[in-house]
Amino acid sequence: MIEILILRRENRNAKPYWQRFTYEPQTSDDTLASVLTALNAREDLQDADGNPAAPIRWECSCLQKKCGACAMVIDGRPRLACGARLSEFKKTIRVEPLRKFPVVADLMVDRSVMFQNLKELQLWFESEANGKDKAMPIAYQSSRCLQCGCCLEVCPNFRPDGKFTGMASAVPMTRVLAQIPDTQKKEMTKAYRLHVYEGCGKSLSCRNICPAGLDIDEILLNSNAIAVWKRFL
Amino acid sequence: MERIKIIGAGLAGLSAAIRLAELGIHSTLISIQPSERAQSVMAEGGINAALNTMGEDDSPAQHAADTLKAGVDLADPEAVRGLAEHAPEILNWLVNLGAPLSRKKGVVIQRNFGGQKKKRTAYAQSSTGKVLMTALIDECRKYEASAVVHRLSHHEFLSLSIREGHCEGVWVRDDYNGETFFLSGPVIIACGGLNGFFPGMTTGTTSNTGNAAAQLFSQGVAFANLEFIQYHPTTVKIPEKRMLISEAARGEGGRLFITRDGVPFYFMEEKYPELGNLMPRDVVSREMFNISRETGEQVYLDMRGLSKQIWKEKLEDLRDEIIYYLTIDPAKDPVPVSPGIHYFMGGICVDRSHRTNITHLYAAGECACQYHGANRLGANSTLGAIYGGRVAAETAAAEMPGDFPVAPSEKVIFEESVSALHTHQLRDILREGLGILRNEDEIRQAITHIDEMPVSSNSMEEKRKTFANAILLSALNRRESRGAHTRTDYPQKDDENFRKTTVVRYFNSTIHVHFEPIGREGSHD
Ligand SMILES: Cc1cc2nc3c(=O)[nH]c(=O)nc-3n(C[C@H](O)[C@H](O)[C@H](O)COP(=O)(O)OP(=O)(O)OC[C@H]3O[C@@H](n4cnc5c(N)ncnc54)[C@H](O)[C@@H]3O)c2cc1C
Ligand code: SF4
Ligand code: SF4
Ligand code: FES
Repeated sequence: MIEILILRRENRNAKPYWQRFTYEPQTSDDTLASVLTALNAREDLQDADGNPAAPIRWECSCLQKKCGACAMVIDGRPRLACGARLSEFKKTIRVEPLRKFPVVADLMVDRSVMFQNLKELQLWFESEANGKDKAMPIAYQSSRCLQCGCCLEVCPNFRPDGKFTGMASAVPMTRVLAQIPDTQKKEMTKAYRLHVYEGCGKSLSCRNICPAGLDIDEILLNSNAIAVWKRFL
Repeated sequence: MERIKIIGAGLAGLSAAIRLAELGIHSTLISIQPSERAQSVMAEGGINAALNTMGEDDSPAQHAADTLKAGVDLADPEAVRGLAEHAPEILNWLVNLGAPLSRKKGVVIQRNFGGQKKKRTAYAQSSTGKVLMTALIDECRKYEASAVVHRLSHHEFLSLSIREGHCEGVWVRDDYNGETFFLSGPVIIACGGLNGFFPGMTTGTTSNTGNAAAQLFSQGVAFANLEFIQYHPTTVKIPEKRMLISEAARGEGGRLFITRDGVPFYFMEEKYPELGNLMPRDVVSREMFNISRETGEQVYLDMRGLSKQIWKEKLEDLRDEIIYYLTIDPAKDPVPVSPGIHYFMGGICVDRSHRTNITHLYAAGECACQYHGANRLGANSTLGAIYGGRVAAETAAAEMPGDFPVAPSEKVIFEESVSALHTHQLRDILREGLGILRNEDEIRQAITHIDEMPVSSNSMEEKRKTFANAILLSALNRRESRGAHTRTDYPQKDDENFRKTTVVRYFNSTIHVHFEPIGREGSHD
């Protein structure tokens, strides 16, 4: 039997409170996503003290660490619920929503600022991508960003209203930078320097956080080389 | 001019929005979650196109022929021809959008996939869907910035407004604050497959609940070929779902076996010397199902023979995933696999131009019935979604009316969400009737069980029951075996009576099933 403490909030303006639930793992592979699914499937959900509880709002989609929907803070660390195996934790697990974004309800947050940032960075190809063979490995890696927001959670320099847009934009920018058409070089490298390079303290708190397993060092190295040192691929 | 409303922002929805934008037409792209969460990001093995880069003398005609053959002559040959002919151009477009498909000397390279003799499947490790989605998301963003595409993420489709056979627009709900509102305009549905009718049993997303399909059906939208449900041969149970082991594993040399007399017996290779482990999915799943039933043995996927280089360059992410979720290293040990629900060939009945039976309502992607017939070829659905989205957009654009009613003809009240209990009960019933092998008794029994479910006060639960019955009745009426639909009581294919499209509709409070000739343009109005 395990215990799950969830930071609950009915809506954006409601007062948050902790609620305790208990769960009997069904298999040794159960994840936190299994727990949340199972709790919500109970006909009359009750907390550990037997009080009636509303279904827990959270987001999921792939249940396979591929879509970033289920990012939340689990025992203090931003992670994907579907990639958090219960066997890794002690008897009690504390679960709260990501803290850099407005809460919609319970564990569900509004991450639209991430998408807004990419729009403001004008992250797209104006003309045909200049995809050389040697750019493919890094373009592949940087295509894999889930836009989950875990890296932003731990970044000391990221603020939703700040100029620095964090690793969640640096990674997708790398995809474009690695294949950048001539006409876009000036604008895109400038945007990268202004919104990523200059704001990043290189503390690498975000290293080893990315649930997609992206190699942040390598991605930064590549994009810095292109955008700052003009070593285009 | 009114915006065209697109429901769903996976490959099909994005493709439609981009095409409309290229044509200068504004759209609203509505999805319950952002594109990054759509099932399309999960596609693994690849995307088909006869690029003919592997020196095998491939051509779109061969691609079309393989597609029709795998679909056991149930797909519309004209539509499939369009798909195959446009595929190379679509691939080039994706490359120009910066999709990092594997290449050598600037040329996209291709791998083997089931049901195809030629190497025709372009890929990026086993994250092909993800890299295609990233490319389309970036491209769509360009049009979002100039307000040509207006995104409503976290918005759920609730209902259509239909007057006299014309679609007037959609009702949607903002999932963040619960507000519902009406948006007028032509509508393209791109809401993905019917996974939500089979929770825990599919390889796909939990967020394609099937509510959209149930609602559309209840409003008189015709569906086709619903009995054709693809069981993918190589899936494994993981918490709350089935995990796919991509066909790429077999494309790159993985082999299926059972243990017989203490040694591995590679049954597919024995029985099908030419394509072996790469027979179309319906065949492989059936063989696996039968052999495990006969012998009581578990089927394994043997990937031990794959070279280090293949693992590193082509399947690294797949290996990581198997190690994480199964604690088996597939390079060292065989993986126990069994068939699981993976794709829905049937869906909203559309003609070649992606029109439905309702004027100004279109559908594309996995939610529609197009391109795959009785069984889908691996790596054809990402292609079908992108191409279909594009065709739907072009048709909708060409048929754009001058003015559109601003207000809906009726006001509707919407229910709270469907209970998990109800969804699970319905799944257990559907499972009885829609297994890999089916027969009249089982299907009838499932229908009876649905009828015996208590009447729910939640109207969506009732609509889901009706739609579930529509699937079962489609399966019941197709009294033959073809592709993914195997009837033990009708084991033969019956071209004379059933080389036809199954069409199911709801009117006068009754479900009506009939069979139509394949691919009649604009057939059902
Ligand atoms: C694990 C896996 C691997 C696969 N591998 C391959 C492969 O290698 N090659 C291949 O060709 N195919 C593959 N497929 C199949 C392929 O991924 C899908 O068929 C295809 O991506 C479907 O695209 P789509 O745009 O139609 O739907 P989806 O990508 O499912 O998108 C549906 C959209 O509709 C939205 N939506 C759903 N319901 C509602 C609602 N009620 N209101 C508002 N929005 C709603 C969703 O949020 C989403 O944006 C794979 C599938 C899976 C599950
Ligand atoms: S290195 Fe530090 S400052 Fe830079 S993105 Fe990562 S956490 Fe933020
Ligand atoms: S870089 Fe990694 S942690 Fe950050 S948003 Fe992308 S996938 Fe998530
Ligand atoms: S549900 Fe997709 S990452 Fe967890």
